[in-house]
Amino acid sequence: MRTGNNKRLAFYLEMLRIRVIEEELVRYYAEQEMRCPVHFCIGQEAVPVGVCQALGGADTIMSNHRSHGHYLARGGDLRRMVAELYGRETGCASGKGGSMHLIDRSVNFLGATSIVADTIPIAVGVAFANKLRRRKSVSVVFFGDGATEEGLFYESLNFAALHRLPVFFVCENNLYSVYSPLNVRQPASRNIYKVARSLGVESSRVNGNDVEAVNRASASALRGIRRGRGPYLLEAMTYRYLEHCGPNCDIELGYRAKEELEQWKKADPVAAYERKLIRESVISKDYALKARNRIIKEVGEAVRYAKSSAYPEADRLMMDVYAQ
Amino acid sequence: MANLNMVQAINSALREEMRRDGDVIVIGEDVGADGGVFRATEGLLHEFGAERVMDTPLAESGIAGAAVGMAAYGLKPVAEIQFMGFIYPAVDQIFSHAARIRSRSRGRFTCPLVIRTPYGAGIKAPELHSESTEAMFCHMQGIKVVVPSGPYNAKGLLISAIRDPDPVIFLESTRLYRSVKEEVPEGEYEIPLGQARIVREGTEVTLIAWGGMLRKAIEASEGFDAEVIDMMTLTPIDEEAIYRSVKKTGRVVIVHEAPKTCGFGAELSASIAEYAMLHLKSPIFRVTGYDTVMPLPKLEDYYVPSADRIRRAIEEAMKY
Ligand SMILES: Cc1ncc(C[n+]2csc(CCOP(=O)(O)OP(=O)(O)O)c2C)c(N)n1
Ligand SMILES: [Mg+2]
Repeated sequence: MRTGNNKRLAFYLEMLRIRVIEEELVRYYAEQEMRCPVHFCIGQEAVPVGVCQALGGADTIMSNHRSHGHYLARGGDLRRMVAELYGRETGCASGKGGSMHLIDRSVNFLGATSIVADTIPIAVGVAFANKLRRRKSVSVVFFGDGATEEGLFYESLNFAALHRLPVFFVCENNLYSVYSPLNVRQPASRNIYKVARSLGVESSRVNGNDVEAVNRASASALRGIRRGRGPYLLEAMTYRYLEHCGPNCDIELGYRAKEELEQWKKADPVAAYERKLIRESVISKDYALKARNRIIKEVGEAVRYAKSSAYPEADRLMMDVYAQ
Repeated sequence: MANLNMVQAINSALREEMRRDGDVIVIGEDVGADGGVFRATEGLLHEFGAERVMDTPLAESGIAGAAVGMAAYGLKPVAEIQFMGFIYPAVDQIFSHAARIRSRSRGRFTCPLVIRTPYGAGIKAPELHSESTEAMFCHMQGIKVVVPSGPYNAKGLLISAIRDPDPVIFLESTRLYRSVKEEVPEGEYEIPLGQARIVREGTEVTLIAWGGMLRKAIEASEGFDAEVIDMMTLTPIDEEAIYRSVKKTGRVVIVHEAPKTCGFGAELSASIAEYAMLHLKSPIFRVTGYDTVMPLPKLEDYYVPSADRIRRAIEEAMKY
């Protein structure tokens, strides 16, 4: 099935938006005003975009520490995200959580967490509530390859399979957990998506840098889930460009080869798609440039908004611990 | 002697013990090839090889549980958990097994295990990256809780912890990792567990602190005739050292960055009230974090006890 041009344009613009926002934030990070640990998702944009473009408005998503792409692709507010990174009270978590704790009910973004794998069972619980209340929405959860090593992953998939819950597990396999490549963490013969099957969860693997492929796979998975076929796991193969946490490249550390990074960059999800759309006359070079500049401006405005917002007052410290 | 920061001192302790004792091994996420997220295990893989320095899967419960088995069966694992906030998945293994295997086996199995983990605020990381829940571990019998306050005692305490026949939770204040340097002897030396240290002698008020808060307490003590105690080991508690000081000064200010309710300060206060009440000239004061989640980043400065807050508590104790 061929993806229509309107859709392709949307995919492109969404990916470009995340890419440029992240690149700009990397630039602003150097000013040292954004005082919180940030896990950038540059290189991985096709996964959140491909998945979120297949969702309906009532579907919910949960995220992990590398949350910006998920939040933005779900329609999160850039200004509130940036304000959160700057620790301002206008942030989507009132400036108290930072990059790893984005949360925004208004766009059904039920939250990111800094604890690897911890949102997987919570998303399963959300799906359980949806099923019980006969709500049609699907609960989506993004997590990395590392998260599949936590016991919670197995417990969650088992629970979801047992109750045929409407939950969509999206594993962004970028081959690394911090400095550790897959081969020191999982046996060479392991395929994460096959593990899911062995637990009773339907699954497949997709090229996570191909936004159309991710979108097709997601749309088909979501159709099955909505028809009551139970949970689905999609393993999307992708790659992170920057250091695990922070704005720099860390290739000099030596835990991954420069050639590997270069190889992945050749298949860059945004640039390759841009070339393709230009080649097929869906967009022009000029269009791409203008789009990029528009986003740069948008980030500039968001950063100004953040910087001009106040820090939370000291009395906010004790708020929201219990019902007031 | 070398002028080392705490990361280097910890690295040096691990190296000494691994050289001395072939049973000592290091395990944890990313501890091998790249020496851990705070670089405390840097170079160990190179010197001791992949059998003794192991990058583990991302699985804290598995790390802790496997370490219990290793420890029970002849090895002396030193496990690293990347942040204290990530230790909770491992708590089941620590509480249910590490802490009990000696008692459960009536002493036939022991658990010479060390779990090192960075704790506390100070690097502007939110929530679970700034945890200070040491009291939770103090509450569990069968494990020891050790908190160094600087490079020198970090090395000596870690060596003792590794040699100790029982499981030790070793908490490393992130704020101290690179901010202070001290002269640290090159060879091996032990600082006994279970012993507090008088950092500064005084006669009018006793300040009790540990880890990342010790320096704040010392700073606040300037201008007072204050005795400052560095707990170093929380459990087992060095009750003698505390009572001796309290009997001398009659006033106590306890400082910790953990939330107040059921913090370790509560235990100290209760036992002082129990055993030294008649020597007290004022109520016991606690200067602590608040009973809320560690916020980011601006409120961190309100959250963590400051020298000012400690000073005010000392003044209150003095004028009582
Ligand atoms: C329970 C827990 N353990 C360890 C960490 C430290 N940590 C943060 S992200 C990360 C790697 C996660 O790898 P993966 O799930 O593959 O996601 P990626 O960072 O590759 O996107 C680790 C070990 C954590 N946050 N939580
Ligand atoms: Mg990964």
